[in-house]
Amino acid sequence: MNKQTKKKLGISAYIFFVLLPIYWLLNMSFKSNEEILGTLTLWPENFTFDNYAVIFTDPTWYMGYVNSMLYVTMNMVITLVVALPAAYAFSRYKFTGDKHLFFWLLTNRMAPPAVFLLPFFQLYSSVGLFDTHLAVALAHCLFSVPLAVWILEGFMSGVPREIDETAYIDGYSFHKFFIKIFLPMIGSGIGVTAFFSFMFSWVELLLARTLTSVEAKPIAAIMTRTVGATGIDWGVLSAAGVLTIIPGLLVIWFVRNHVAKGFALGRV
Amino acid sequence: MNKVENNKAWFLVLPVVLLVAFSAVVPLMTVVNYSVQDIFDVNTAYFVGAEWYREILQDPRLQDSLVRQFIFSFFVLLIEIPLGIAVALMMPTKGRGASLCLILLAIPLLIPLNVVGTIWQVFGRTDIGLFGWALTSIGIDYNYASNPIDAWFTVLLMDVWHWTSLVALLCYSGLRAIPDAYYQAASIDRASGWAIFRYIQLPKLQSVLVIGVLLRFMDSFMIYTEPFVLTGGGPGNSTTFLSQTLTQMAIGQFDVGPAAAFSLIYFLIVLLVSWLFFTTISHLDKAK
Repeated sequence: MNKQTKKKLGISAYIFFVLLPIYWLLNMSFKSNEEILGTLTLWPENFTFDNYAVIFTDPTWYMGYVNSMLYVTMNMVITLVVALPAAYAFSRYKFTGDKHLFFWLLTNRMAPPAVFLLPFFQLYSSVGLFDTHLAVALAHCLFSVPLAVWILEGFMSGVPREIDETAYIDGYSFHKFFIKIFLPMIGSGIGVTAFFSFMFSWVELLLARTLTSVEAKPIAAIMTRTVGATGIDWGVLSAAGVLTIIPGLLVIWFVRNHVAKGFALGRV
Repeated sequence: MNKVENNKAWFLVLPVVLLVAFSAVVPLMTVVNYSVQDIFDVNTAYFVGAEWYREILQDPRLQDSLVRQFIFSFFVLLIEIPLGIAVALMMPTKGRGASLCLILLAIPLLIPLNVVGTIWQVFGRTDIGLFGWALTSIGIDYNYASNPIDAWFTVLLMDVWHWTSLVALLCYSGLRAIPDAYYQAASIDRASGWAIFRYIQLPKLQSVLVIGVLLRFMDSFMIYTEPFVLTGGGPGNSTTFLSQTLTQMAIGQFDVGPAAAFSLIYFLIVLLVSWLFFTTISHLDKAK
């Protein structure tokens, strides 16, 4: 039992380390700026929702969340739609140049977003997509699609070929088989892929900020305006930060039963 | 699995190829184009060959940030990989505790990068942050905004806080895939805890560790937003990494030619090092 207790202590200590900075942000978001800049208190003494009220009553603030959610959702949908058939092809068939193509896709995941900054800006401006949600979604696809194909390929390879063949013998067409039989079988893989696309697109700022100006500006870029002439509005900044954590929490709650397999990208 | 040879599969990968071609090949060609030309305006551009490459390779800013970048990625891997394995080994294996641990550990992974920077910017301040305040009150002279060592320490601590969970979750899923029979055999042989780790768990973790090391290397090598928000690259240039130097050059000064040459060199370094990691680890695998 001694060993078990030690393990519990260790993991609790690590989780404490993970949660403490987040707690501090939460703590600050319920304080007024006077209290934040006054003496250091471990919990809010004059509990206030004012900072959240600022965000929820000002459209330029809350539209930032809407914009971010919009392009993240578009990114997840586009990623899944193009990655599913491709992953199926890679897991089931040999075709000319398949290995090279797979490696080429992965190299895109290795490109630093900063490299694509200027050309993306010019490309999307020239096709008239600048400052739209679609531009950000497409730009993020470059990084989420390779990973999605990789994860889905791992999950699909775990489904035996015989299932495909039996379905064809039973008279299923490819489309019907793929949607009705195959997709439900790799449900957890799809969940995890969506999770990874969300994870990339929701946290990324550099490209999202460069490709937008007003209409599709993400929340992360709007947050910078808490820095004003009178200094930083710490309370509102913390509240905005706390609100960006909530969508992530919801997503992780939905995929919690699949993370164990999914984090190994379907490869254990 | 034996795969069927069928070139019609190309139709299934076509959407991906088109999408990635639009968003990768076109911009990449633009970068290549810029890197060999001196552009004054839309109509006047001169072919300059390898000029920008020569200029950029001798640029001390690039050299310095490259060195800093390698040191940073080295420390990231050195700390996060062993710590991640340790956390995964300590996690409860089943029940509510396991789900709860997974959810709590995954939180840092889903926080927008600039918010991560903001959290640590606040947390490390000596006047309003718990961490900075605690360090100063026990008598340590800590200030990440003016002392380069403190700044490095804070940036590294932030990255450990942010990404160790990824390694831990990867290893956790690797550990869950080990059949119970292995552990039973080990207990019959009266294997010590260390022997179980060394001869059962570590070899089984190899495939997930390859993924972990690759992802951590690539992402730490491209780090931009978090240190930018936390320290702004300072004090001085002490925490300015490659992406930030590049962004300053491309957006700040509009040195398109040198920035493009820099971009390609940067991309090639990531590719080369990732490939090295990948082949070395898979060779070790085959050697066994």
